[in-house]
Amino acid sequence: MEEVDVEPTTTLIPGVGLKQKHLGFEWGPGDILVYETNFRPAGERSGCPSVHVVRKDEDIYSPILRKLFNESHHIFVGLQNITEDVPSKNKKPQFVSISKNYRSVIRACMEELQHVAGVTCCAHLVLFVLRLHSQVSILLATELIWNLCEVLFIDAAPAGCLLLHLLDWVRLHKADVDEKAKEVLQSDSPTNHLAYWDVPSGTQTLTEFDMKWRHWHEECDRCLQDKSFASNPHLETICKILLGDEDAMLEHKELLGTWYHFLVSRLLFSHPTVKPAELHYYAKSSMDMFLDSRSVPEPLDSILLAAFEFDLHQVIKDCSIALNNWWFVAHLTDLLDHCKLLQSHNLHFGSNLREFLVLEYASGLVSHHSLWQLAVDYFDHCPEFGRVYLELQLERVPLETERKALKVLRICEQRHMTEQVRSICKIMAKRALSNNRLGSALSWSIRAKDAGFATLISERFLQDYCTRGSFSDLDLIDNLGPAMLLSDRLTFLGKYREFHRLYGENKFTEAGKLLLSLMTAKIAPRSFWMTLLTDALPLLEQKEVHIYTHTHTHTLSIKSCVFVCVFQGEDVETAKLELLRLALARNLAMAIVKEGTVEA
Amino acid sequence: MDCINAKYVSQKISKTRWRPVSASSLQQPELLATGSWDNEDNKVSIWSVGENGGSNMEDEFEEIPVTVASVFFFGFFFNLFQFLDQDRLVTASSSGAVTIYNLKSESQTLSVLHTWEGAHHYQCARAPCTAVVCSSPELVSVGEDGRVVLYKADQSRIVRTIENADSSTIHAVTFLRTAEVLTVNSIGQLKLWDLRQGNEPAQILTLTGDRVPLHCVDKHPNQQHIVATGGQDGMLCIWDVRQGSVPFSLMEAHSAEMWEVHFHPSNPDHLFTCSEDGSLLHWETSSGSDTPSFLQGRNSSMMSRSATAPAGGNQSLISAWLSGDSSKGRLETTHMLPSQTLSVNSLDVLGQCLVCGTDGEAVYIHRRVLV
Repeated sequence: MEEVDVEPTTTLIPGVGLKQKHLGFEWGPGDILVYETNFRPAGERSGCPSVHVVRKDEDIYSPILRKLFNESHHIFVGLQNITEDVPSKNKKPQFVSISKNYRSVIRACMEELQHVAGVTCCAHLVLFVLRLHSQVSILLATELIWNLCEVLFIDAAPAGCLLLHLLDWVRLHKADVDEKAKEVLQSDSPTNHLAYWDVPSGTQTLTEFDMKWRHWHEECDRCLQDKSFASNPHLETICKILLGDEDAMLEHKELLGTWYHFLVSRLLFSHPTVKPAELHYYAKSSMDMFLDSRSVPEPLDSILLAAFEFDLHQVIKDCSIALNNWWFVAHLTDLLDHCKLLQSHNLHFGSNLREFLVLEYASGLVSHHSLWQLAVDYFDHCPEFGRVYLELQLERVPLETERKALKVLRICEQRHMTEQVRSICKIMAKRALSNNRLGSALSWSIRAKDAGFATLISERFLQDYCTRGSFSDLDLIDNLGPAMLLSDRLTFLGKYREFHRLYGENKFTEAGKLLLSLMTAKIAPRSFWMTLLTDALPLLEQKEVHIYTHTHTHTLSIKSCVFVCVFQGEDVETAKLELLRLALARNLAMAIVKEGTVEA
Repeated sequence: MDCINAKYVSQKISKTRWRPVSASSLQQPELLATGSWDNEDNKVSIWSVGENGGSNMEDEFEEIPVTVASVFFFGFFFNLFQFLDQDRLVTASSSGAVTIYNLKSESQTLSVLHTWEGAHHYQCARAPCTAVVCSSPELVSVGEDGRVVLYKADQSRIVRTIENADSSTIHAVTFLRTAEVLTVNSIGQLKLWDLRQGNEPAQILTLTGDRVPLHCVDKHPNQQHIVATGGQDGMLCIWDVRQGSVPFSLMEAHSAEMWEVHFHPSNPDHLFTCSEDGSLLHWETSSGSDTPSFLQGRNSSMMSRSATAPAGGNQSLISAWLSGDSSKGRLETTHMLPSQTLSVNSLDVLGQCLVCGTDGEAVYIHRRVLV
């Protein structure tokens, strides 16, 4: 097993584990359930009434940060969809624009957090405000890293432009961190000389620019040597800085603020045509020069250094450890993967790095009561394991209302997850049935094409009929439509009701025929045979209209015999049977006479 | 298309409605209400929406919806509401309770006027209320328990309950005339009820074929016998309840459940539908001969444009909807949202302003709808 990279953090759960009680726990998708066990080394046992839910990631419950997740989901889905239609060469500007979108979302979130922190002034919300501030600084660092990655990897500026971009990068973040220093910096920094920087962006080649720059550099050097600035120490310092004198720069450490600002300043004044491949050398040396030998580099510093060294995997790895949720690494890695910057080496416990991170992120989202819907799209774009994860997760989404169940069902149906469809429909149908909502239960069974459940519901209806003597929910049974064919029992129910209707409308011949067909079709449940035969009685006795022909009566009598044989020994109403036999005999007689008579 | 403003609100929107403006004023609506769902604590919030002062560029103006007032429904999962009038709001929750709130915009509060607890229930459990409709002072609510309940805004007791109105869930309800409502249920039936008499529906209409659940219904503002319904399969049906039990026209609108359908209140040639598939469609029908095509934006290829109106142009506007395959009139459809989003759960349109809420926890406002 690999070594743990960092010490695990300790989380204090208030009110648990007192009196030396042992704790038990159970992993959940995004959280842990912790409870006190009954085990005690000595003494009485007492129950523990509560189970504690410990959440690892509290960010997804922050209302402001939620916007980050929603907006970045929108960008993510857009990114997955564009890559198909455009050839790779032309995609770089699109990727850069998407990267900028992500960053603007982070900034918007940051600004809102800062705004709320600024206007919240209640004394008892001090902790809340502190948390906001820490969230702001994390987002700041996140954006800093992303921006650098955009400059170095996505935009991949060549030498010349590279420094310009790095300059922008530093300026942007310097302005965030220290407003006051910005003013001081601007007054001291030789921005007027930066008119030179119009040059590298377009019109001249790198070598031409390099020559011009060296010429200018030599001039500056000569000025310094001539002691033309000796009278004014400030000017002299500025000149030294312009020449790239590192000691001069380091004297103004507090103005620079960070080692990467120092790095960019160094490069600006001594190596403006720096190539990407050379960056790491300058970065390392700048960091060493800037930071005291005593101070340990912070996680942010090592991440930035890894970026300058173009070690993407190290950047991703360090970010995964430093940040408490997968949002940043998942989205950044996904974007880098689309830019084809990640070597696709397969991890031994899953598919490639991108998929692993996106899966982790989505799994974290899924445990959220509302953001689970976003996770679906992330799983969709994980070709290897996404579907399996989704199947397992969708079964566990709580279905509090029908509306929610419908949404989950739609997700499953769109992805042809038939097992999950059946399972959800069954849950909802069972629930409806227990609340005596037979129509709802039937509509869920129809959606799942669940013949078994439809049979169950029909049985309920038929039982109701037997006990009460009439049908309930006629609006449903009378309007079954093609759904009637879903199960035999349901068909029987529909047809039996139709028989009653026809009888009620005095359409006896049709009713009789229907009844007979019900008996011969063998869809009637056993318990209903007696009822059907009894229903036939009044039809047999009809004096005015002759319903059953000779053959029909024959069939009926056969049926009744079968009935008697089958139910021999069971409790059968003998009186009814006698009546039936009598009626059948009479009918047979009448039929023979009638059919034998020749109409005169 | 540039006039759509999106705001992320950190709650999935179940319902959104403009606050009614007084009939005489020509103002655009300025307050809107949203209901959330799927949160641990759901709420109904009122937002103030106004144009950025001083901006005179047509295409770019900023809307900053700001919460004016909220009311929490602790722990309940789905909330809907309707505006009873300018100052009162009726909410119905998945606990089965229906409540009237008073909106005081000056003090930015919503205060309870009255609650009818447990209006919808099963034998031993609560039942969610699925829809509520108002025609001041009367209210009607329907729920998963298959009941139709009638209230009066100022009476603390329920006026009437139609028990066992339906054996399946009733998804939506609308007033046709005073004391006459139309409900749609999850086995695809429209039922007409006369609230003054009887516990049986006066009329039942269904589509032949599969019993597709119907989710929404709206009646034509001027012609009360014309209703539009939308269902699980995303089909838009226009019915004439006077004539026969079959719909007049069936149109394929969406690829998933249609959640809401609305006729434009003052310009009923326009219809809006929104769906689980993440789209919001604006339907425009015309029977006049010279209607210019002024709809910009992406036209969907769903309905083909057919021949223009017959000569004479005297055809009444209403029958434009009932012309079946749009062979007599023209039907145009436009996507209102710039790109695919998660499900659009609710929409409302008033004047030229359209608002909709999605499962992507965003509210979209369009202030220049061409009607």
